[in-house]
Amino acid sequence: MGLRMANVISDDIIEYVGILAKLELNQEEKEQAKKDMESMLDYIDKLNELDTEDVIPMSHTFSVHNVFREDVVTNGDDRENMLSNAPEQKDGAYQVPKTVE
Amino acid sequence: MELTSLTAVELGKKIKAKEVSVLEATEAVIAQIEKLEGNLNCYVTLDKEGARKRALEVQEKIDAGELTGPLAGVPVAIKDNMCTKGMLTTCSSKILSNFNPTYTAEAVKNLEDAGAVIIGKTNMDEFAMGSTTETSYYGITKNPWNENHVPGGSSGGSAAAVAAEECFYALGSDTGGSIRQPASFCGVTGIKPTYGTVSRYGLIAYGSSLDQIGPLAKDVTDCATVLEIISSHDKKDSTSVELKEKDFTSALVDDVKGMKIGIPRDYFGDGLDKEVKEAVLNAAKVLEEKGAIVEEFDLNLVEYAIPAYYVIAAAEASSNLERFDGVKYGYRTKDFDGLHSMYKKTRSEGFGSEVKRRIMLGSFVLSSGYYDAYYVKALKVKALIKQAFDKAFEKYDVILGPTAPTTALEVGKSLSDPIKMYLGDIYTVSVNLAGLPGISLPCGKDSKGLPIGLQLIGNAFEEKKIIRTAYAFEQTRAYERPEMVKGGEK
Amino acid sequence: MSKAYETVIGLEVHVELSTKTKIFCGCSTEFGGAPNTHTCPVCSGMPGSLPVLNKAVVEKAIAVGLATNCSITRNCKFDRKNYFYPDNPQNYQISQLYYPICRDGKIEINVNGEKKYVRIHEIHMEEDAGKLVHDSWDDSTLVDFNRSGVPLIEIVSEPDMRSADEVIAYLEKLRMIIQYLGASDCKLNEGSMRADVNLSVREVGAKEFGTRTETKNLNSFKAIARAIEAERERQIDLLEEGKPVIQETRRWDDNKECSYAMRSKEDAQDYRYFPDPDLVPIIISEEWLEEVKRRQPELRDEKKERYQKEFDIPEYDIDIITSSKRMADLFEETIELGAAPKKVSNWLMVETMRLLKENEMEVEDIKFSADNLAKLIALTESKAINSTVAKEVFEKVFYDNIDPEKYVEEHGLKTVNDEGALRKVIEDVVANNPQSVEDYRSGKEKAIGFLVGQTMKAMKGKADPSMINQILKEIL
Repeated sequence: MGLRMANVISDDIIEYVGILAKLELNQEEKEQAKKDMESMLDYIDKLNELDTEDVIPMSHTFSVHNVFREDVVTNGDDRENMLSNAPEQKDGAYQVPKTVE
Repeated sequence: MELTSLTAVELGKKIKAKEVSVLEATEAVIAQIEKLEGNLNCYVTLDKEGARKRALEVQEKIDAGELTGPLAGVPVAIKDNMCTKGMLTTCSSKILSNFNPTYTAEAVKNLEDAGAVIIGKTNMDEFAMGSTTETSYYGITKNPWNENHVPGGSSGGSAAAVAAEECFYALGSDTGGSIRQPASFCGVTGIKPTYGTVSRYGLIAYGSSLDQIGPLAKDVTDCATVLEIISSHDKKDSTSVELKEKDFTSALVDDVKGMKIGIPRDYFGDGLDKEVKEAVLNAAKVLEEKGAIVEEFDLNLVEYAIPAYYVIAAAEASSNLERFDGVKYGYRTKDFDGLHSMYKKTRSEGFGSEVKRRIMLGSFVLSSGYYDAYYVKALKVKALIKQAFDKAFEKYDVILGPTAPTTALEVGKSLSDPIKMYLGDIYTVSVNLAGLPGISLPCGKDSKGLPIGLQLIGNAFEEKKIIRTAYAFEQTRAYERPEMVKGGEK
Repeated sequence: MSKAYETVIGLEVHVELSTKTKIFCGCSTEFGGAPNTHTCPVCSGMPGSLPVLNKAVVEKAIAVGLATNCSITRNCKFDRKNYFYPDNPQNYQISQLYYPICRDGKIEINVNGEKKYVRIHEIHMEEDAGKLVHDSWDDSTLVDFNRSGVPLIEIVSEPDMRSADEVIAYLEKLRMIIQYLGASDCKLNEGSMRADVNLSVREVGAKEFGTRTETKNLNSFKAIARAIEAERERQIDLLEEGKPVIQETRRWDDNKECSYAMRSKEDAQDYRYFPDPDLVPIIISEEWLEEVKRRQPELRDEKKERYQKEFDIPEYDIDIITSSKRMADLFEETIELGAAPKKVSNWLMVETMRLLKENEMEVEDIKFSADNLAKLIALTESKAINSTVAKEVFEKVFYDNIDPEKYVEEHGLKTVNDEGALRKVIEDVVANNPQSVEDYRSGKEKAIGFLVGQTMKAMKGKADPSMINQILKEIL
């Protein structure tokens, strides 16, 4: 393997990943996140030492497939229970800040 | 004799024989909790009144002959990432600080059906991300062997509660070593079953392709007994498997003659504590003396397991934890301006820093342009690791090695350097990547008096081989209790 | 406009499959229902809940794939599409990106007599989102997860369409196929069929496609046609002004007849797809595929052929009747109840079509039952009511699905067949209209028409006109 380049994580990337993950980091946390992510990616780059050209990626290690439900209604109305944990609720619905007109 | 020093199976027998009532057993555990919990902090939520009430109900059913199982009436602690209907389930996170599930996790339900009395929910690393139980929002748990040391993690509360006799056994979950490593640090026994053996329904997911629920207890017999009860083919979990045989207790046989045990040389290299190494190799020798065939071999790829694991686990976690957004349950920030501000502030305030670190990494490795380079690459390495184990199990029945490179670390020493912290999982994560069963049981103590764990790894669905080997080894030594739990001697 | 432009259109069509339960849980898919009354831990994204796939969804998706000439992916998987939105309880949607269940299909469309194929890139299965409702009282949004987890297939076409007419023809064909399969009712107005339009323009003769936009929120064929026209013009205007078309998602506002960009900074459009570890692969064996094929219902072409053999009705009628599954079912069911095919076809072709048109309704909106149509036809056949009354009663059947037998009874609409009573009325009419009688007798044959009319009026329409004619002629 050739020379391994150290990963550089820019402010923009941290900002972008924050948008994807819905996390808002303060300046100090951002600096820390950059440092952490860089060192973790450097470490993860170790995987490139392995030639995996012809390897099929493996999601599950076992060969279970075709697990189905039959199309039969098994659940009734459990609204009261479902909503019991909602931070805000109204008229049987979860209430959130204005999203649609 | 102190009641709490009994194993779960021993207690179950006494309850059945009417030598001890369920309420007496429950009160004994509550008394132990009142004595030690102030120092240890094993639990996030305790339900003493609920447990007492439940004890009476279970007693009635036992008396009526409705409950006849080996663990009927035995008090248990549940890791706080398993849903329990009507009992707070927090994942040791602020974001779920007020979450009361509307249903009970399948594994817990199986225990309830067998007459378990739930004492409470145990502390853990937040969302099971960590190996010290220091990332909990509800304070750290201390190691009953030495309060200056961590109990391990993420099922640190469960392991410490078993060691401290604040319960007779506990459930934990293991994504990269989270049952086995704390079992090792706390001097108890824990099994991470083959992926698919225990239903994940109701287990709040960290890394869905790696997570598996398992028992922590004082000995191998307890663990096998609990595993027999909690394993089930659950139609609500698509990854749950219908087992050909689940009579795990039938493997509790003191005979390893002819058992082929492989010792991976790669597990004994740099970074392994000398005393741990000695104790583990000594255990191998003991097994050899009992008739096992012990051999060294090269497993290969060991150093790639951790980076592959962190990519896969972080990626899955970043997606699994998206549902915590302040809309349906849990914490919602008080002060926000519009929807996205609510999302961001809720999650930033609700998650701790280690969780955020992994969500950021996971979101990044899945993001456009990086998916193949990181995520797909990690899944390919996972395939190679599985192949390496397949090859090993062509030759060996059981793989033997240390559970962790060291004994329990001092409190506050590991969180600052993530890579160093992750290296502590080097012997456990590959077992999760390959979906295999593993057991950790005590095999000695170091010079500081801290327990050392022996890990045995089996081929998929061959729990019985590791149970048999562990049981045979266990017969050669006595169970050791931490000083602090030996009644009043402290 | 100095240059000639060509419009290039591809469609993403979402169709709600008509299963009894949701795609990953045992909650009912019934439409309506108070908010969140058809929800459970799975479709509300409760921690620890897990999805289990509804087999009927896979079979319906395969059925649609086969009927649209797709190849079926024998080893397919589900992926997670990650994005935060309150109608998405897990903040990821379970969908298929890497291994969709169907690929490489095509359907034939016919526009102004010209036949062409529209290729289908893929069909994948996914879950629907919940519903968001604006609450004006405290300016917030309310979330209802009843729709969350309802099974969808998304049918993605290649950019093979060149006009709104082609798009409508494609959608109509697709709808007909899916309705015939019984896989969905495909109602655009209720959202069980939704189309997003991917559109770009390029100069005629250009080899490369232009930059495309995606327009959403199209709830009718009319809206689709209007949105295509508007987007085509918008893009051409931009190009003419030398401005670039930006690749973006736009939302159509049918009231204002224009679209606007849906972009925001928080909308990164980076869905971080990866295989859902909670679900296992679907392996479709040869046997399973054959079984689905065997169960495939009669499609339109087979039906047309059978009608031609079984019923003596014109080809034109057969074409109209089989153009929708609802109409064909109604036709067959009414015949099953004993009505003559020719009569049934007449009622469907003439009165039904007229009323649909007058009310701007679609065939799918037909409310009346075969039972009531059969009864009405029986009443006319037995001459219990005359054709004028029959038309009047049919309107009631059409709007309110009334029972014609009861209705005729209750409103006293039965034809009076009592010859004596009728003769008496006619004698009165003859006595009161000497001029007309005179006219008729002097050879003005038409005058009898007036007398028939007067008699009918006196009978309040409840007489058989041929009988009136006969009696009148006798008297005169």
